[in-house]
Amino acid sequence: MAKMILEGNQALAVGAKLCRPKVIASYPITPSTHIPEMLSEFVANGELDADFINVESEHSAISACIGAQATGVRTFTATASQGLALMHEILYVASGMRLPIVMGVANRSLSAPINIWCDHSDTMAERDSGWMQFYSENNQEALDLVIQAYRIAEDERVLLPAMVTIDAYTLTHTFEPVDVPSQKEVDEFLPPYKPVYAILDPERPITQGSFGTPEYFMEFKYSQQKAMERAKEVIDEVFREFEEKFGRKYGKIEPYRTEGADVILVTLGSMSGTGKEVVDQLREEGAKVGLIKVTVFRPFPAEELREAVRRAKVVAVIDRDISLGFSGAVFANVSASLINEEKRPLLANFIVGLGGRDVRPEDFREIVDKSFRILEAGRVEKPVEWINVSGEVP
Amino acid sequence: MKEEKQLLAPGHRMCAGCGVALSARLCLEAAGEKTIVVVPTGCMEVTTSQYPETAWRVPFIHVAFENAAAAASGVDAALKMMGKREGVNIVAMGGDGGTFDIGLQALSGMFERGHRVTYVCNDNEAYMNTGIQRSSATPYAAWTTTSPPGKKSIGEFREKKPIGYIAAAHGIPYVATATIAYFADYQKKVKKALSADGPAFIHVLTPCPVGWRFPPDRTVEVSRLAVQTGVFPLWEVRDGDIENLRITVKPPERKPVEEYLAVQGRFSHLFKPEKQQDVIDRIQKMVDEKCERYGI
Ligand SMILES: Cc1ncc(C[n+]2csc(CCOP(=O)(O)OP(=O)(O)O)c2C)c(N)n1
Ligand SMILES: [Mg+2]
Repeated sequence: MAKMILEGNQALAVGAKLCRPKVIASYPITPSTHIPEMLSEFVANGELDADFINVESEHSAISACIGAQATGVRTFTATASQGLALMHEILYVASGMRLPIVMGVANRSLSAPINIWCDHSDTMAERDSGWMQFYSENNQEALDLVIQAYRIAEDERVLLPAMVTIDAYTLTHTFEPVDVPSQKEVDEFLPPYKPVYAILDPERPITQGSFGTPEYFMEFKYSQQKAMERAKEVIDEVFREFEEKFGRKYGKIEPYRTEGADVILVTLGSMSGTGKEVVDQLREEGAKVGLIKVTVFRPFPAEELREAVRRAKVVAVIDRDISLGFSGAVFANVSASLINEEKRPLLANFIVGLGGRDVRPEDFREIVDKSFRILEAGRVEKPVEWINVSGEVP
Repeated sequence: MKEEKQLLAPGHRMCAGCGVALSARLCLEAAGEKTIVVVPTGCMEVTTSQYPETAWRVPFIHVAFENAAAAASGVDAALKMMGKREGVNIVAMGGDGGTFDIGLQALSGMFERGHRVTYVCNDNEAYMNTGIQRSSATPYAAWTTTSPPGKKSIGEFREKKPIGYIAAAHGIPYVATATIAYFADYQKKVKKALSADGPAFIHVLTPCPVGWRFPPDRTVEVSRLAVQTGVFPLWEVRDGDIENLRITVKPPERKPVEEYLAVQGRFSHLFKPEKQQDVIDRIQKMVDEKCERYGI
């Protein structure tokens, strides 16, 4: 274990390197470009024994990863925003073919207007693609989650691809001290890749990527759904094992000062750090407020979430994304998780920080104020509210 | 071909007289069983890999429509890293749509990066899997469902994209054209392509009875006519050296293109209700100009 000062992109790249992928195919896009840059450097100077394919697009990056993983090696790619959107079609192929590819994503808004800053719309748009999704709060988490993602994805009970995300700039380009485990430690935690089914071998010919008629298609999807369900357990196991070995604790969700909280905020990614600080201040001031950080968004940890908000009166879901025409994506999932509860908290959705607008402590305070007003009123008048946005929109 | 030797097993769902099926069989026979096949979406893929069956006796992968070359690049990289690259062929087989059009970017990337993949384009001159829509491989004046002849249309109004030249312009070790009627020439080219130290491209004309509108027992004949009329010259080029393009099959005497056009329903509007001699002449002139350059 060594302490290193790494930006989020570097933490992801170093994490990926420690997992010894054999094929990396990646394409530059702001703000994730440093990831392929650093990995190609590792390959160039012999630190990482891998083939780095300089593909001509993200579409080809993920396609090449599929080809390589289906041949029998561990692969890695990284992208953001438009690049992830360009991969969209092939993301479904990767998961449908049950290939445990791991990808780093720098969370960046989607055009138009073109914008290179943070929000979660890019990965939220892929929430139905059959990829597991892990959101990092800081650079340490980015590194740790990549290593754990491989273990989970490659588990025979799972065999699903996974994306590990970091927020644009607040993490991708921000330097933080990171504990970097030794290669030996990671090797002990993550054994060499052994393909379970998918391998293109002339000695043992199989067909991959079949044509599935209505007679079979639903069973394919059902088995993916089952794998997602099983992944919940595997994630817990792997998180526990990781904690034993590396001393850092992960959960699908991370409740923060939720004991006795009337209002609970739900957050993802780096804004959770700001949120926790505001919770601390408000607790000092006597407000009964807590926070839940969602680390794993797919599979969605509905059971843990239900349990964690059981005693709350208002749950304020803070989305850094918007499913235009309805609400934020996290809100829809949190609400659905609670729908059959006999006693459930009032639910409100706050849209923040799109396209890199800062999510400031005062925004959290405003959200908490509004949540307590909802608590007093006993009803939610405006289920989806935008924070720090000009009302005068043309 | 002996039954148990066929690496693309009979019993697939391709149409009777399908040129692509013949091409795939000839190609695999030349390549042998140590071959990994990568196929994009299209007629061949949907007719040979229907779960839970498969017609492939070699490892086969389909990913999507526009990315066979990228997926094949990944296979190449993985085999290299596994120390299993030697003695294994990688053959991608795409349709004209998956190659000339939507897959061109991935193909160019694969060429430029130098992956040791033989890419065979089975060109039936339209999107057949979706029901005969034009592609940039559809020849001048041909009927398709999206290039219908009419009062203001002669059918397809552009000339076929010179995909072989585009491939050769990448400077890759080997580029050739082939067709199923000249199977010895085709199979020789497959072997040359596979022994190349880098990417190779073979553009194979594969007549489609359904889309070109001719009886299914005339596929080989139509394929032969394409060469004998000079519509589809058979050549090869090494290292992008187009100046030294070599004609591998020289028709003894070029037949008039009209013979080729007349056997295909997709050109019937050039003959009925009235014969459009000017259009036929124009096509003849295009072919003459091309053949003069090749000295055939
Ligand atoms: C991105 C995308 N666009 C369109 C399609 C629909 N599609 C499937 S196969 C095909 C045509 C294939 O034509 P070609 O490559 O010439 O092969 P053929 O079937 O003619 O052998 C089309 C348009 C698709 N599967 N994916
Ligand atoms: Mg076609």
